[in-house]
Amino acid sequence: MPTYQINVNGASKTVDVAEDTPVLWVLRDHLDLVGTKYGCGIGQCGACTIHVDGTAMRSCSLTLAQIDGKSITTIEGLSEDGTHPVQEAWKEMDVPQCGYCQAGQIMTASAFLAKNPNPSEEDIENAMNGNICRCATYTRIRKAVQIAAENMD
Amino acid sequence: MTLVRTQLGRRAFIKNTGMAGGGLVLGFSFFNACKPKVAEAVAMELEMPETWYEINGYLKIGDNGVVTIMSPNPEIGQNVRTSMPMIVADELEIDWKNVVVEQAPLNTNLYSWQVAGGSRSISSSWQNLRMAGATARHMLKEAAAQAWQVPASEITAIAGVLTHEASGNSAGYGEMVSAAAQIEVPEEVELKKNSEFSIIGTSRKNVDGKKIVTGKPLFGIDVMREGMLIASLVHPPAFGKQLKSFDAEEVKKMPGIRDVFSVKLYDDDFDKMAFHFTAFNEVVVVVGETTWQVFQAKKALNVEWEDAPEVTQNLTLFGNEMKVKHPAGMEDSESHTKRLKELIASTAKVARRDGNPEQAFKNAAKVIERSYSCPFLAHNTMEPMNFFANVTEDHAELLGPTQTPEWMEVAVAERLGLPLEKVDIQMTRQGGGFGRRLYGHFMVEVAVISQRMSAPVKLVYTREDDMSQGIYRPSYYATYRAALDADNNLIGFHVKAGGIPESPLFANRFPAGSIDNYLAEDFTVDTNITTGAFRAPRSNFIAGAEQSFLDELAEEMGKDPIDFRLELLKRAEENPVGSPESNDYDASRYAGVLKLVREKANWGQNEAGVHRGVSAYFCHQSYVAQVLDVVMENDTPVVQKVTAAIDCGIVVNPDAASNLSEGGAVDGIGHAMYSGLTFKDGAPEQINFDRYRLIRHREAPKAVETHFVESDIDPTGMGEPPFPPIMGALANALYKATGRRYYHQPFITDKPPLIG
Repeated sequence: MPTYQINVNGASKTVDVAEDTPVLWVLRDHLDLVGTKYGCGIGQCGACTIHVDGTAMRSCSLTLAQIDGKSITTIEGLSEDGTHPVQEAWKEMDVPQCGYCQAGQIMTASAFLAKNPNPSEEDIENAMNGNICRCATYTRIRKAVQIAAENMD
Repeated sequence: MTLVRTQLGRRAFIKNTGMAGGGLVLGFSFFNACKPKVAEAVAMELEMPETWYEINGYLKIGDNGVVTIMSPNPEIGQNVRTSMPMIVADELEIDWKNVVVEQAPLNTNLYSWQVAGGSRSISSSWQNLRMAGATARHMLKEAAAQAWQVPASEITAIAGVLTHEASGNSAGYGEMVSAAAQIEVPEEVELKKNSEFSIIGTSRKNVDGKKIVTGKPLFGIDVMREGMLIASLVHPPAFGKQLKSFDAEEVKKMPGIRDVFSVKLYDDDFDKMAFHFTAFNEVVVVVGETTWQVFQAKKALNVEWEDAPEVTQNLTLFGNEMKVKHPAGMEDSESHTKRLKELIASTAKVARRDGNPEQAFKNAAKVIERSYSCPFLAHNTMEPMNFFANVTEDHAELLGPTQTPEWMEVAVAERLGLPLEKVDIQMTRQGGGFGRRLYGHFMVEVAVISQRMSAPVKLVYTREDDMSQGIYRPSYYATYRAALDADNNLIGFHVKAGGIPESPLFANRFPAGSIDNYLAEDFTVDTNITTGAFRAPRSNFIAGAEQSFLDELAEEMGKDPIDFRLELLKRAEENPVGSPESNDYDASRYAGVLKLVREKANWGQNEAGVHRGVSAYFCHQSYVAQVLDVVMENDTPVVQKVTAAIDCGIVVNPDAASNLSEGGAVDGIGHAMYSGLTFKDGAPEQINFDRYRLIRHREAPKAVETHFVESDIDPTGMGEPPFPPIMGALANALYKATGRRYYHQPFITDKPPLIG
């Protein structure tokens, strides 16, 4: 099996996996970074969202070749102690019910706000539309993104 | 003053009285595995004590006054890991910031009803949780009384501090706990008055909030162990098929693959409970080193399937025996609809008959008849089914997401050939339940696989496995008829409802009891597609159908839809039809939520361009009324706002309960509007989120506002009740917005109206 060098949360890691292994399973099974969640495996639910050079991407549909030379951030590396403004807003709104999709929601929201710090409601809905929440906490997610946007100014 | 006899949970206390001799319990854990206690405390920024003292099965107190409270029930997103310990903490009189919450393992000696089902977690443990806290408070006071030589009745306990004002003595719980652990457990304890609650009724944030937003390993699918293997299943591609043979030679050579074999889950003579239900009793198992290797190997496996014969399963549900017949053959949605329509037009079983409904319909000046339907649904918890097991020769350890650990333990023990006490089950946080994890066949599957591999194993379903091997929400059909006299008075009511394979009818719920001539009938259709409980079973369809019909009826009668319901409820309250016991609901509480929502939503003061629908329903002992606002944007109806009024008794954690109300409403809008599982040649046509639609951000209402009825009644259900009625409110608002009625879910594919 080929060896890959990947940059995750600011550290360089070496993994020895088959080349078709999606980044999701490299993170979860080989690097013990299980905050990134498996939901559908086909890029439809957003539970596995990570940042690739700051852009939100679906790790279930990314190969190692596609992230070669790029920096990966997972939920574990979004902040050192859970104090990223998006994480703070999520806690303030007490968003989660089951909580399973929330890492993906937070990763989508944080990449979006970094590029669009003053979003309209419609911008937020469009940005978040790819992330399913089965508990349907959408109204709280929307408010949390608004709070985070205000606090990031 | 409320006195409760501690006998209520005597089992818990007998055990601990035995311990009281020793008093000191280090560690307190039932199992040493998997409890990162230090990490948990650090996360909560609390210093851990040097010594813990177990007071009873629900709590231990440290020598520094920090308290650990066990949360006995499965956490599926209903927030019991926060709200159940809140109840203990309130009676204990401890500052919430000094509480550490720990998930209790399955322990039938200590706890009862460790189930996430029927919206009963809080209501079934309400007394026990309070008693556990109050007993500890009593023992702490007794210890202080002995130390200070003063009467215990003169000692106050407030926020973890014991005080005897007259003598000027004061001590923290941590200082008294070693002595308190030696105090005999009282025969009965005094509970607080409701007016004295200091934590119950206040909003407390999710105890796992920080861990969730930082991606900590909380869920079953996150479990990792040294030497752990991954397993996944290959099941028949359609209902009506079964395993014939498989060729695993090539797959066994694939990288990382350890073994491929078939597993028969239950023996034919196994005495099954309803929760042991499974779609496919024989499956092929692929075991390997990593998840991706196993998922890839599954795709490469050569399996031959054959037609399955008709089978009848004998199941028990709380002592009742049920026979479930699964016919042979491949079913499809078209023939399902045809069969339901045939049966709705023929004779059905009478479930309730008041007065003379036949005569009323014969005398009617006008009869209104409308039919409603809904498809099968997959639960689609975001975390697919999974479980961990480590089975050795004489012990089985299971860890993961299950709503029914106690009932599944029986099946696991039986299948492994181990006594019950050798099977230990622990629960992780769960990525959703919605009823799917009531059916824990995956626990038996992983236990058998671990036993065979002699290794720790985590079983993981793919999304496709999860959606195509479901225990689905049944498909239902209902026809409502109303008889009106020449003056437009309602003189007769008839509901006939059925489903595949169960009827959605609740014959004794509203409007039963409010109409003199009433007939309720139902029927069922056998299927080989496995179905079971889905958030608010049966209510999740019949509420929307009934509440849509009542809306149409009110319009026909020229009445405001809320006034019309209140008139019926007034009749049910003042002069109910049938005996007082025959109606399941409390008409005054039902009317109460309608009146509250009318006030809070400013019903009747319509804004231009806002189209409103109302609905109210009773289930799981709670009452919910909702008003839903739709606006038209580019000729498309958009749900703008939901206003909810809820009577669920005492609300333990109001903000968390509001979250459930918001989620329930949005979930209901989503399922009524978009979701559906259809079948062709026995196989579901939607097996992932590319074809199965769940509601998304853009489709969710902008706001959900929740108002609770102030109440002194012990808590009733909250996880399920907000879900069913919204479907009626949605249909009724859509009618106002678009001019057409919606009868068949999902509404997005509903054909033009049947009104004629």
